[in-house]
Amino acid sequence: MREPLASWLRTAATSLIIGAGGGGLLALGTDTFRVFTSEQARRNAVERAPRALPKVALEDQDGRPFDLAAYHGRPVAVSFMYTGCRSVCPLASQGFERLDRAEWSRRSPGDGRLQLISLSFDPRDTPDRLREYASLYRADGRGWRFARVREMRDLGLLLRTFGIVVIPAPGGDFQHNAAVHLVDAEGRLARVLDPDAAPDQVDRALADMASTRNLAAKAPAR
Amino acid sequence: MRALLAGALLVGVLALPGMREALERVMATHMLVQIPLLAVAGAVAVTGLGPEWKLRIDAWNRGGVSGMLLALIASSWWMVPRALDLALASPAMELTKFVTLPLMVGAPLALSWDRLGAIGRGFVIANVLPMWAVVGWLYIVAPVRLCNFYLVEQQVAAGFGLLGASVVLGVAVGALAFRGVGSPSLKGVSGER
Repeated sequence: MREPLASWLRTAATSLIIGAGGGGLLALGTDTFRVFTSEQARRNAVERAPRALPKVALEDQDGRPFDLAAYHGRPVAVSFMYTGCRSVCPLASQGFERLDRAEWSRRSPGDGRLQLISLSFDPRDTPDRLREYASLYRADGRGWRFARVREMRDLGLLLRTFGIVVIPAPGGDFQHNAAVHLVDAEGRLARVLDPDAAPDQVDRALADMASTRNLAAKAPAR
Repeated sequence: MRALLAGALLVGVLALPGMREALERVMATHMLVQIPLLAVAGAVAVTGLGPEWKLRIDAWNRGGVSGMLLALIASSWWMVPRALDLALASPAMELTKFVTLPLMVGAPLALSWDRLGAIGRGFVIANVLPMWAVVGWLYIVAPVRLCNFYLVEQQVAAGFGLLGASVVLGVAVGALAFRGVGSPSLKGVSGER
């Protein structure tokens, strides 16, 4: 009779280890059972640890060269899109249109105004097509610019850093994770919001980013 | 020995670059063909273990409890949309999938199912099948894309596949239960055979 009891105890101990270890790993993989999609994991990771962005040469709808570092000192909202998109990009662009209106009515460009950039990952999007697209949303091309990478080989690095996955879909379409990416005044990707985030949501996120930055700046002095 | 080879061969075939690419391109075949087949490979392989090995394992797996727990926990990870994305994005996670599904899902399941009592089996079936149905339903009705690597249409197809598998297996288990399979006590009472 000793053998069955011993083996039941061993089984109980094994189960305990499996339960604790396996449960722990599951908790790790799902951020303590709160994150089940890679998109949510990406948002949390960015918020926890803002990402420095690579210096990638861009050009806007008028063919003017620039890069994201040009906006150091004020926040930038970046949205990845392509002009041929009929699903999520129009929704995101309408969201940017709302942000654009809200920003114009409130702040001047010198006043830390939020810069909006719609970045296309579609090689077919020429500056001409981007300009046409901009006019659809009555964007002025300054406070809200439409851009693409100057060198296609830079695109992979840019998408990887932001955490954007683009997959070709039938009919020349793409599917991609759409979001509003907020870049802080130091040029780091600091928040990722829903693609159609409302102006007040963006405001709250910007205020939150500014306050965590101030805390971080003050901490060493204490 | 032959069973071990068969299991290893199945994993090997599934690991062929062309095969991997073909099955992982579509979410439904990734979830409902490749992942189950990897588990099947582990289950097939352990049928070749000799009796002395089975005794040794049984000493740690009384009533199939610890093995079943391992299989349940390990398999539940591969139902998480993020896990599918990670397997496609990172070679380490892809390797993890090819190791954990045969060794931590299929093998313990095959080694434990016979050891589980009727209540244990009923418990597992009654928990796993509704979970598949719920996950499948979520894939169908989710307003957002849950996997960055798969199209929305693929997510819906995988959802219907998962829901369908749950319903088909549920009906099959129900039919078997009504025929009295797995309830030996009834046989004695009713005098059947």
